[in-house]
Amino acid sequence: MSEAKPTIDLAHLANLARLNFDPNSSESARADLEKIIAMIDAMQAVNTEDVAPLSHPLDGAQRLRQDLVTETEQRDNFQSTAPSTSEGYYLVPRVVD
Amino acid sequence: MPGIKTLRAMSSALKNREISSTELTQEHLAKIAADKTNSFVTVAKDNALEQAKQAQQRREQESSHPLTGVPLAHKDIFCTQGITTTCGSRMLENFVAPYDAHVVALLNQAGMVTLGKTNMDEFAMGSSNESSHFGPVSNPWNLDKVPGGSSGGSAAAVAAGLVACATGTDTGGSIRQPAALCGITGLKPTYGRISRYGMIAFASSLDQAGPMTCDAEDAALMLSAMAGFDSKDSTSAQRQDAWLADFAEQGIPDLDRPLKIGLPQEYYADLSNGSIIEAVQNTLAQQGHELVDVSLPHTQAAIPVYYVIAGAEASTNLSRYDGVRFGHRCENPQSLEDLYKRSRSEGFGDEVKRRILTGTYTLSVGYFDAYYIKAQQIRRLISEDFSNVFADVDVLLTPTSPTPAFSKGQLSDDPIAMYQQDLYTVPTSLAGLPALSMPCGFVDGLPVGAQLIAPAFREDVLLGLAAQYQKHSDWHLQRPNGSRVSKEWAT
Amino acid sequence: MSWEAVIGLEIHVQLATQSKIFSGAATAYGAEPNAQACAVDLGLPGVLPVLNEAAVEMAVKFGLAIGAEINLHSIFDRKNYFYPDLPKGYQISQFATPIVGKGEIKLDLTDGGQRIIGITRAHLEEDAGKSVHDLFPGQTGIDLNRTGTPLLEVVSEPDLRSASEAAEYFRQMHSLVKYLGICDGNLAEGSMRCDANVSVRPQGQEAFGERTEIKNINSFRFVERAIELEIERQIDVLETGGTIHRETRLFDADADETRTMRSKELSEDYRYFPDPDLLPLEITAAFVQAVRDNLPELPDARCQRYQQAMGLSAYDAASLSNDLDRAEFFEAVVGVCGNPKLSANWLNGELSAHLNNADVEIAASPVSAEQLGQLIQRIDDDTLSSKTAKQLFKALWAQANAESNVDALIEQLGLKQMNDDGELSAVVSGVLEANPDQVAELRSGKDKVLGFLVGQVMKATGGKANPKQVNELIRKSL
Repeated sequence: MSEAKPTIDLAHLANLARLNFDPNSSESARADLEKIIAMIDAMQAVNTEDVAPLSHPLDGAQRLRQDLVTETEQRDNFQSTAPSTSEGYYLVPRVVD
Repeated sequence: MPGIKTLRAMSSALKNREISSTELTQEHLAKIAADKTNSFVTVAKDNALEQAKQAQQRREQESSHPLTGVPLAHKDIFCTQGITTTCGSRMLENFVAPYDAHVVALLNQAGMVTLGKTNMDEFAMGSSNESSHFGPVSNPWNLDKVPGGSSGGSAAAVAAGLVACATGTDTGGSIRQPAALCGITGLKPTYGRISRYGMIAFASSLDQAGPMTCDAEDAALMLSAMAGFDSKDSTSAQRQDAWLADFAEQGIPDLDRPLKIGLPQEYYADLSNGSIIEAVQNTLAQQGHELVDVSLPHTQAAIPVYYVIAGAEASTNLSRYDGVRFGHRCENPQSLEDLYKRSRSEGFGDEVKRRILTGTYTLSVGYFDAYYIKAQQIRRLISEDFSNVFADVDVLLTPTSPTPAFSKGQLSDDPIAMYQQDLYTVPTSLAGLPALSMPCGFVDGLPVGAQLIAPAFREDVLLGLAAQYQKHSDWHLQRPNGSRVSKEWAT
Repeated sequence: MSWEAVIGLEIHVQLATQSKIFSGAATAYGAEPNAQACAVDLGLPGVLPVLNEAAVEMAVKFGLAIGAEINLHSIFDRKNYFYPDLPKGYQISQFATPIVGKGEIKLDLTDGGQRIIGITRAHLEEDAGKSVHDLFPGQTGIDLNRTGTPLLEVVSEPDLRSASEAAEYFRQMHSLVKYLGICDGNLAEGSMRCDANVSVRPQGQEAFGERTEIKNINSFRFVERAIELEIERQIDVLETGGTIHRETRLFDADADETRTMRSKELSEDYRYFPDPDLLPLEITAAFVQAVRDNLPELPDARCQRYQQAMGLSAYDAASLSNDLDRAEFFEAVVGVCGNPKLSANWLNGELSAHLNNADVEIAASPVSAEQLGQLIQRIDDDTLSSKTAKQLFKALWAQANAESNVDALIEQLGLKQMNDDGELSAVVSGVLEANPDQVAELRSGKDKVLGFLVGQVMKATGGKANPKQVNELIRKSL
């Protein structure tokens, strides 16, 4: 276990990201992630007091579109690439609410 | 085909009826068939010949664009209607997009001939092209070496003379670093210059498409065909830069004045092959430019900041690959959770999973401020570093990459070492600035690149300076095994 | 112990745009499954969202109507979770910086009182698709037509104190968004849905109890019933020594109960962050002003005007102004007849009774506003008595023909009041002759018999005589 860092809860992260790791790959994934986080932590040294976050290089405003219907029906085209459909629906294993 | 030609050479040969676009296409297809670099994932032979035929008709009707009938290859990250778009991933192994990317549509309109799709790091995540599901690409200068990444297939294809130009995308250096490692010219335009529509997203606030070509002249020609406002991308810039069309039609004009070129000291600190970039400085100084030392003090933080931001954006950009509407779906899913987890775990490779986990971690409750917000704050500081120096200088000159091409397998077990490849390219990506890599010498027979960085939307400065440098050097014309690029059709 | 309920509602209002919030696909209801889901809605690789300006305008309209702060700078975030009806694996929403800030709504209570309900915020987001569980054995079908429909999520403060108050708030919100023209208000098609946060606390205690959230309630009746049931359940749990757990519950109307719902994302770590595909939304003060200038007259202002300019009672004014269709019908009637008071009486009386009986919305009334206005005009000019007017109304209702001419129908049915003195005088004389005893009593000052005599005349004329004139004629002939 690495010294100061909180342990990474890989199972929790994997579940959030909907990924499976078998026991072997899980260990190496955790080790890699720990190294990456340690590398990233170098940025904590930078003083960012009173600096506004910049979420986008175009530090501007977004452009809007007019409220016009521009799309036509292309269901068959779009569904030709789908793994499982029936009667126009995409199918997934039964979901229970 | 006699030797390796530039786009402009092919364009004039087509115009002068020295060759037909069908012949030109067939010659390129033959070269690709003999390729040893694995730079293509898909060769679209039938499509190419059909496009060549149509291009020929357009040429005959004189309703053509300078690029009509000229072959090109697309990085397999651009959606192409009717041709598989894999993004280097098992996830999209059989994905045929129902639309063309905006860039693809523009180049089709110009009449270019798509030879196929080039190999790449999976979802553009990598600096060596080793993360591709379709196998690594070899560097044409030394088949044991990597071509760089993520646009490694495009870079290798151009360097090997399989095609005179290929599209690429650059998120943290993915055009510039492979261009440097393969000895070609690569341009990452300003963020917003080229539409991202139909270009499969890695990190949305960083991704930008650009041309990978033999020289600056060809890059300018390609840029003018690829750039343009797109209403389907709300980050697409609305620009009226008359120089774009002028460069394409008349070639890049001579610079109208000497430039003030900044040398950011942070990029020169740990340089092992400093003499090569010093030689570039000397050449530029001889041409009358003024070189001054400048400082970009937050450079060191750029790699951590980049991996936080790119990871965060990628982790959610890749959530749509869930096995429901397209892409890989696992066999016999037992439940919805099983469908999600197995489809994604089977479909994504290790590096992609690493980035997804990194992004999931930095965005999660309790870490968001310490990582994501902190990174965005430093991003502003990095961006301001550039604004500050550009108040005083016209352009920056730096090395493109810390090392020449490295051996396959050398860094693949060490993600952190691999990430350091992006050291000189990532800061400009974070700031959204245009940058160009051009060949400037060799180390142990492997090409090395120099990077030029300009203020936003000043690709004209990059292209002007690079064109001038290339008039006074021939690094960009050198190709593996002693072959050379010719700018004339008849040699 | 006596308990007090604390309720806050999150209402999802589907905005009445033509196209979706981030794509050019149509928002029309009822298309074939997935026929209205375009590449952007499906989250195919490489596609990008572009925000619909009409959705922004509607949000601002709403904000202004509740007197809220409009944030000129707002941000779209990604809310990350996996669910098959959410194609991208994230919903584009506004988390930290919504377009509409704090505002309030004046809630008219059934006892005539008024309460101020705080609105915490309202933000723009995209709707998800629908899952169909009963069509394919062992499988769930996904229809993404609704994906990307613009939603305005209106979050209230926990200011509501009973199920009926919550239902009234929902009703008033429904009326407001229809007034503003930003939502079609069609509850059956899911145009307005709400989530209710419910907790209870001992009367007099300040601290809130632990709350539960009831998801996706879509009718006035269900809002009231679901909350009622949840309050009862919570009180029951607490009184039997149990504790309330924070959870999401589902209202099952058939079983008439709320029950625990399986969590969509077990951990509920949505990892919100600004959507890098969308720059911040900046709107100008001029844009807001333009929306303000085009704001329709709102229920409160209309209610004031009905009282002050038209002289209606507070009750009539409120009942006519709280629903846009009703208010517009009323004003159309007044526009024809020029008599607001009588119009109000007819709308709240005869017309409402008929509509309620037949369960018809006023917008679909078989008697048009034009016809009702003309009918009232004919009362005013003494062509109709109140009795014949009702007969005429019934005839118009039965015809249900907006083309039917009121005056022609009066002629046809012979409903015209007898105003002619000569003709009426003859009838009056006849009645007086036939009733000498009563005439004598009247002469001796017993005014009570006057009513009897008038009644006789009315009877003889089949109700068509003008009672006022009959009165005068009898007095004159004495």
